[in-house]
Amino acid sequence: MPDAPATNMNMIEAINDALSVAMERDLDVTVLGEDVGYFGGVFRATAGLQKTYGKTRVFDTPITECGIVGVAVGMAAYGLRPVPEIQFADYIYPALDQLVSEAARLRYRSAGEFPMPITVRSPFGGGIFGGQTHSQSPEAIFTHVCGLKTVIPSTPYDAKGLLLAAIEDNDPVIFFEPKRIYNGPFDGHYDRPVQPWAKHPASLVPSGHYTIPLGKAALVREGQDLTVLAYGTMVHVALSVVEELGVDADVVDLRTLMPLDIETIESSVKKTGRCLVIHEATRTGGFGAELSALVQERCFYYLEAPVERVTGFDTPYPHSLEWAYFPGPIRIGMAIEKVMKD
Amino acid sequence: MSRSNLPPLRLHVPEPPARPGEEADFSHIDILPAGVTPRPDSAADSATMRDLAYGLVRVLDDEGNAVGPWNPRLSPDVLRRMLRAMALTRAFDDRMFRAQRQGKTSFYMKSLGEEAVSIGAAFALQRDDMCFPSYRQQGILIARDWDLVDMMNQIYSNKGDRLKGRQLPIMYSAKDASFFSISGNLTTQVPQAVGWAMASAARGDTRIAASWCGEGSTAEGDFHAALTFATVYRAPVVLNVVNNQWAISSFAGFAGAESTTFAARAVGYGIAGLRIDGNDALAVYAATAWAAERARTNHGPTLIEHFTYRAEGHSTSDDPSAYRSSEERSKWPLGDPVARLKAHLIAIGEWDEARHAAQDLELAEQVKAAAKAAEKNGILGHGMHQPFATMFEDVFEDMPWHLKEQSAQMMSERMRKWPKPGEGPR
Repeated sequence: MPDAPATNMNMIEAINDALSVAMERDLDVTVLGEDVGYFGGVFRATAGLQKTYGKTRVFDTPITECGIVGVAVGMAAYGLRPVPEIQFADYIYPALDQLVSEAARLRYRSAGEFPMPITVRSPFGGGIFGGQTHSQSPEAIFTHVCGLKTVIPSTPYDAKGLLLAAIEDNDPVIFFEPKRIYNGPFDGHYDRPVQPWAKHPASLVPSGHYTIPLGKAALVREGQDLTVLAYGTMVHVALSVVEELGVDADVVDLRTLMPLDIETIESSVKKTGRCLVIHEATRTGGFGAELSALVQERCFYYLEAPVERVTGFDTPYPHSLEWAYFPGPIRIGMAIEKVMKD
Repeated sequence: MSRSNLPPLRLHVPEPPARPGEEADFSHIDILPAGVTPRPDSAADSATMRDLAYGLVRVLDDEGNAVGPWNPRLSPDVLRRMLRAMALTRAFDDRMFRAQRQGKTSFYMKSLGEEAVSIGAAFALQRDDMCFPSYRQQGILIARDWDLVDMMNQIYSNKGDRLKGRQLPIMYSAKDASFFSISGNLTTQVPQAVGWAMASAARGDTRIAASWCGEGSTAEGDFHAALTFATVYRAPVVLNVVNNQWAISSFAGFAGAESTTFAARAVGYGIAGLRIDGNDALAVYAATAWAAERARTNHGPTLIEHFTYRAEGHSTSDDPSAYRSSEERSKWPLGDPVARLKAHLIAIGEWDEARHAAQDLELAEQVKAAAKAAEKNGILGHGMHQPFATMFEDVFEDMPWHLKEQSAQMMSERMRKWPKPGEGPR
């Protein structure tokens, strides 16, 4: 950690601080999106930025995600470094053509004439009773697209460092913020009291500038018997379950799905011989399938058991049955039993 | 479920006035005389000029005179340069179309009949105004004196192609000509142009942006998102809709032309809308200059509908005789843009048939020489492409491990195909 003085922040405050640091350092950084300006965003992630940096650098937009990202592509072509917010990841689909066919491909198709340093921030994931239109985890749609980076932080400290790295990156980045843990880490027990970030060591966020490189995972717990691969909210759920079950596990917080830190994954699985992949997104064609395939391709002769996946179910996110859907401690526990057997 | 006392509902599916074998019918098109449309001040409130979205700004009349308030009063020298750029575009198209037919490349798209749209605009804009074209504005590059060999290298996807053979032919990118990378996904460039213009305004720059899309693709959501952003932020942008009547085989009725004009889309957004004779280079110049002045003086965006006709197929992959009357091209009531500008120059005593014929010969030679130079860099499918490893470059600024692995895999496949050293391309 840098030597700068640190304060306790929740993830929203850390993201807001990262945006402020980025805007202070670089005049090209421009924030746009629905409700991000005067009001400061429905989750308050852009609070105060318009007052500090002015209306031409932080502004509200019409409700058209296609337009928001299309305009961001044009701004990047001009030479700015736009940071559009898509209010919920569930709303990102109208912007898909601009992301998939334009932002992601422009460096390639123009042979470097028009790089696209755009960071699309968007709250994602469930566990907040958001129903099917405020709970989705569409990360695998973006990891499937060549030319996009996908980043998902799990703590305030990481959120700030990764967001600054994403904004400074010269390629387009999808930055998904797990909104369930905006205000505190989540152990997966929805019926227990919510914990604030303040008690968590990674809520201590240094002031000023620092980055966490994209493509580097964090080994957040070290063990010998099992490798758990997770990101976002599920890192905290995984840690809690592993502790409760007393499993001696490595827990790897991937932090960046694309590019992926394959070295950390490989060395951990080769050490433990067992691997559990966890994500909240739907199962079929999810990023867990990619992780499972990679582990199988690269670590097959080290594996003691088939790679296990714990995911959301292949249904829309159900409102009233949210906790039966969510890949919580029971589903993870059952998977651990299976992967640890013989 | 029907109720016996109510008439049955009917679904209207548009049908063009003429199909193959039928007489071309343009009777539904109202052609206003040249010179009759008033020219408002470029700073005027868009609400005061809604009629212009339903009219037709024309400068060149049938006798080749430039008339009325929209006459841009260009010097003979500028007129001759415009004519030359239009004729060069036509010669270029002709040669590249034939090159495709000769198997030298996979694909080509001509702009025959639409040369005035891009060249009139390019002459009215500053060279550093940023253009976000669609696939039929090659005339902009030619008007900006871009190297024909560079364009042909792209068409041939050869080893001289700056875009490394990655893009379908004609999907140029030329940042130094303020010409944005062309996308095959329609109308994505329109909100991008608005975003570029917003950035320019936010920075207190003086450059403006312009975009082009076809009438068919105004149906895309991006178009409407762009118009919303353009009006909300009064973006300094000129949004061009090239209404060439046909979107591949779908006539303009499938984009809404039976009920209104495309310029009238501007009215609902509170944007200035001009509907102009797109085969009249002077009308295109004048409308673009007006819109550029409006943008540059912070009076916001303009939507220009260029009323024109796609005289050829959509592309080399298209056969228009399968869906439209073959008479349409010759009966198009707004004529040919090159012939009309030429007639004007002759009418004012600044040009003649002999000079025109000599220029056509000279331009054909210029294009031929460029094609020969480009072909030295290779033609598509004959091995003179970019090195294989370039496939993996520029996906990201820095190549991640998985692309390095895939690059090695691809190279090992090439080695298996050509095992001996020096064999096959590398």
